[in-house]
Amino acid sequence: MNDKLLEIRNLKTSFRIRDDYYAAVDDVSLNVNKNEVLAIVGESGSGKSALAFSIMGLHNRAKMEGSINFKGTNLVGLAPGKINKIRGKEMSMIFQDPLTALNPLMTIEEQIGEVIYLHNKAISNRDKKAKVIELLDQVGIPHAKYVCDQYPHELSGGMRQRVIIAIAIANSPELLIADEPTTALDVTIQAQILDLIRDLKQKMDAGIILITHDLGVVAEMADRVAVMYAGEIVEIAEVNTLFEQPRHPYTRSLLNSVPNSDEKQDKLHVIQGIVPALQNLPREGCRFKTRIPWIAESTHEDHPELHEIAPNHFVRCSCYEHFYFPDETEVENSGLS
Amino acid sequence: MAFLEINDLHVHFPIKGGILNRTIDSVKAVNGVSFQVEQGKTYGLVGESGSGKTTTGRAIIGLNEITSGQVIFEGNDLAATENKKLDVKRDVQMIFQDPYSSLNPKKRVLDIVAEPLRNYEKLSRSQEVERVADLLEKVGLSPESIFKYPHEFSGGQRQRIGIARAIALKPKLIIADEPVSALDVSVQAQVLNFMREIQKELNLTYLFISHDLGIVKHMSDRIGIMYKGRFVEEGDTEDIFSNPQHIYTKRLVAAIPDINPKNRDAQKKFREEVQLEYQKDYGRYFDEKGLAFNLRNISQTHLAALPEIGVVE
Repeated sequence: MNDKLLEIRNLKTSFRIRDDYYAAVDDVSLNVNKNEVLAIVGESGSGKSALAFSIMGLHNRAKMEGSINFKGTNLVGLAPGKINKIRGKEMSMIFQDPLTALNPLMTIEEQIGEVIYLHNKAISNRDKKAKVIELLDQVGIPHAKYVCDQYPHELSGGMRQRVIIAIAIANSPELLIADEPTTALDVTIQAQILDLIRDLKQKMDAGIILITHDLGVVAEMADRVAVMYAGEIVEIAEVNTLFEQPRHPYTRSLLNSVPNSDEKQDKLHVIQGIVPALQNLPREGCRFKTRIPWIAESTHEDHPELHEIAPNHFVRCSCYEHFYFPDETEVENSGLS
Repeated sequence: MAFLEINDLHVHFPIKGGILNRTIDSVKAVNGVSFQVEQGKTYGLVGESGSGKTTTGRAIIGLNEITSGQVIFEGNDLAATENKKLDVKRDVQMIFQDPYSSLNPKKRVLDIVAEPLRNYEKLSRSQEVERVADLLEKVGLSPESIFKYPHEFSGGQRQRIGIARAIALKPKLIIADEPVSALDVSVQAQVLNFMREIQKELNLTYLFISHDLGIVKHMSDRIGIMYKGRFVEEGDTEDIFSNPQHIYTKRLVAAIPDINPKNRDAQKKFREEVQLEYQKDYGRYFDEKGLAFNLRNISQTHLAALPEIGVVE
């Protein structure tokens, strides 16, 4: 395909714990196209943020294997100087927490101006200021001229998140990674920020990786969805397919544990057990096996792979064919009562 | 008589300034709130950050000083000074938002859960251990956890330790301030299920404070919507979601992300309509000081802060 922007092949990012390396992102392959929102979903510890940081080259000491092809350049193992030229310009990131991602000692103009200057050192101060004001207008901040000279603490959470988005889009990136962009915000502001990101996608023809654990946000924003569990992608599909015909047990469990707004259920589905810590991840066989113990051992593959069960719909391991939710009586809350 | 009755509650925080550092103004965090909670039910208190919902909860349990108004719990006014004796308050407990910061990292689970017991009951050491082990079992943690420290547990487990502490004295009312906001969806489900189970078992009443309307809808029998320190709407869960009256409630309901991607366009259109109405009519829903009007009955169970005359719709 022509409009392929990012192509990740067999990416493995490992962190050193004591004397061993443990993969937090394990053999992940995916593509992001132009003008597309790819959502990455999973619980904390599933490796979704580690994946985003790998793409941005923000892991200092991690061991990275595989390839991340961004417009023909392999980002894995690229010299820091070269990554710096791409990062903030052709690809950029919206960070999660607007309270900590901004420098409290710099005015808004300085913070946004910095990223413009770094990628265009010839720019005059006047042009830079004009550009900052234009960006603030673009992300919907009222009285941009006035806000320019303010410090982060003078702005509300929603306004700060807009400033962070302004920084991310300052150089019109082709790839935008949004790591939980609205988690820290109120719902009404969340709706505005999501609208804003959607508009930007269309205006700039950008590819967006949206990392979130909020399935409602995914349903509203994504074109395609990748579900991650324990460092692996367990299912990847178009958004409608994923919500209508989820296949992998993990995807089905996640969707089932959200309070459904249409019907009043008495009990929510609970996934047994917890996401294992990085050092204790089962590296052999199906990684989700321990959390669905009522499914027969024989239904799992020894070396689970992603199978294309329908065009563009991939599911890992064969256990999905045999998966069912246990009766209320059987699960009885995994020893909670 | 209602189980818990809040009458015209005000919580104001002074703003000091000037040369003599006198009180020059005040932030009216809670500005005239009244509602009633029935025993054994869950009352959901919803609003955005800064709406005063947490302050209301904290004022009821006595963590914020009440400027004026009454908090009548089983016939006793908790706001009155002569009632600041302990035994009324052991019936009201709190579950805090963040399980990572609400447990003292230097204390063992035993000491954390036993703290309320030590305040109110004289137990021998072995009785105490037994009680704590019982409580932990009730929240689904193994009794061996007693001698562990909070950092050895996951977020969901920690929140359950917080719940064990809250139910240690067999309270009647629990104020749960965003109890699952810091947790993953699957863990959220676990804690919510569990809260419902012990509610039935111990006939607990919850004041459930949250900004997440989906969760509030799932948990609550009755809901109050707060905005800038006042109620803008109150009603049974059904009333609020199927027939929102106040512009602010409508806006909140419209902002909930729809879990079905097929509804995306419809949802977007709906949100735009509400946004237009919000921009056009915002002023009509608030008086000249920017405060919400007093609640008026729309039906037997449903109240909204609509203007006196010229009601929209």
